[in-house]
Amino acid sequence: MSQPDIAQLKKLCSQVRRDAVRMVYNCQSGHPGAALGCTEYMVALYFHILKHDPKFNMDAIGEDLFFLSNGHLSALWYSCLARAGYFDVKELSTFRNINSRLQGHPATHEHLPGVRVASGSLGQGLSVAIGAALSKKLNHDDRLVYVLMGDGEQQEGQIWEAAMFAAHHKVDNLIATIDYNGQQIDGPVDEVMSLKNLKAKWQAFGWEVLESDGNNLEEVIAMMDKAKSMTGKGKPVLNLMRTVMGFGVDFMMGHHKWHGVAPNKEEFEKAMAQLPETIGDF
Amino acid sequence: MIKFTPSDKKDTRSGFGAGLHELGKQNPNVVALCADLTGSLKMDAFKKDFPDRFYQTGIAEANMMGIAAGLTIGGKIPFTGTFANFSTGRVYDQIRQSIAYSEKNVKICASHAGLTLGEDGATHQILEDIGMMKMLPGMTVIVPCDYHQTKQATIALGSHKGPAYLRFGRPVWPIFTEGRKFEIGKIDTMIEGSDVSILACGHLVWLAIEAEAILAEKGIHAEVINLHTIKPLDAQGILNSVKKTGCVVTCEEHQINGGMGDAIAQLLSRELPTPLEMVAVNDTFGESGKPTDLLKKYGLSSDAIVTAAEKAIKRK
Repeated sequence: MSQPDIAQLKKLCSQVRRDAVRMVYNCQSGHPGAALGCTEYMVALYFHILKHDPKFNMDAIGEDLFFLSNGHLSALWYSCLARAGYFDVKELSTFRNINSRLQGHPATHEHLPGVRVASGSLGQGLSVAIGAALSKKLNHDDRLVYVLMGDGEQQEGQIWEAAMFAAHHKVDNLIATIDYNGQQIDGPVDEVMSLKNLKAKWQAFGWEVLESDGNNLEEVIAMMDKAKSMTGKGKPVLNLMRTVMGFGVDFMMGHHKWHGVAPNKEEFEKAMAQLPETIGDF
Repeated sequence: MIKFTPSDKKDTRSGFGAGLHELGKQNPNVVALCADLTGSLKMDAFKKDFPDRFYQTGIAEANMMGIAAGLTIGGKIPFTGTFANFSTGRVYDQIRQSIAYSEKNVKICASHAGLTLGEDGATHQILEDIGMMKMLPGMTVIVPCDYHQTKQATIALGSHKGPAYLRFGRPVWPIFTEGRKFEIGKIDTMIEGSDVSILACGHLVWLAIEAEAILAEKGIHAEVINLHTIKPLDAQGILNSVKKTGCVVTCEEHQINGGMGDAIAQLLSRELPTPLEMVAVNDTFGESGKPTDLLKKYGLSSDAIVTAAEKAIKRK
């Protein structure tokens, strides 16, 4: 693995955050909170960790795969895909508009390069990622499968069906990450439906569990490198990644209000002032 | 006189098991998943001969559907196996988002459909699955009528592209389609006639053949059509028959609302308004009992088809 260009990745983080907020502002709908919180993770994946080809092939033999289970982070994902060359950054301006490939939640139906399965209805992405990981094993393809889930999403029963399966069947070419921001639509996760000891739960299901600070770029990269070193040893790997919802925009930080609300003009301008344009707006 | 002589009797689920095993030999990309019902789905032979391509998911059908969707990425052709109830209603959102909307090449294979599941009762006797599955854009829906056709349909799905639902059942049933061509999306006219078109799927095809013999004794010439593919519907084939006969009876082991009969009614009301009678379960749940007793009690018998045919003819 080459050394990460931290300065460049940080520039990308700022630009991707600007993109995500602008996309949500433009259509006055979408989910800025978790998108801002997971920016370091997604930028690190697409610009340092994944072996991937922006020419996009659904089967991706010989490539790493990424699945977004918490599909409401679509603005973040689309920005990273566009900035990585999957499609023109200008297309980001069509987000959530009619006749766009950039659906509110990710979909394959409009053939947007980079997306391999629809997500949005929560709890399904881990199962799909496990299937793709099994397919890689059958194809003797030693690349890895990555999946991001939300913490509120852990309340879905299917997650635990998948957790059980992956450990039982030794799906050890899979690195799952949980965006552990402690917030969901109706309030703090602990108040809505507490996950209690989430780390112990995943360990009890038979997974290797790592913990990391998801808003520290260097730590995200170090943790993902560590996670990679733990693959191929008979157990699936989980990265419990603490993040701050709305990270990078002070008035959005740490509050569930910004799960699915668009900023008004004044808020948008305030946010833009805090997120320097580094590569060029769409 | 009944115009078909059964060569044997077997359950349709065994046809699925035999077809899947055959596919396993033919195509190394075919994989199978089962949610703790390997024996009931007759998947043992596949599991035994292709253990690396068989996944036991435990009693976790939602996860099974998601894993099947993921397996298609990289070129695998997954066949999922569980009861029809757990293949559809229990996992509808997983099928809708991860398979149908995502256009994944998953074959959802569902046994123990309908009343003929028998003694286990209404919790397991799903009668709404054809409706749920045919509503999903891009979903192919196939309901074969006997062991042989279920085997043919399973094998045909191995080279079919896109999501599909294959519905079959538990009871031992006459085998009468040997030597007949099976093509997804094309009707099979079993008996030609001029007075009424009887369109049947699944176990009801045999009952329609029995009904035809009773009608023939009364001087009524019924055309019996095996409508194994409910989606996509062979509109031209159906319309050609109905133009000739002028009235229709649909027969299915399913709710009267939303099933195959509804699809035919919609087609005819748009293209060729025609008197139509439906032999189906009349908006009620089933119960425990012997399959044949249940079929009779809920109005799915050759006598009920005869009555419906006579009524349809009178309405011409």
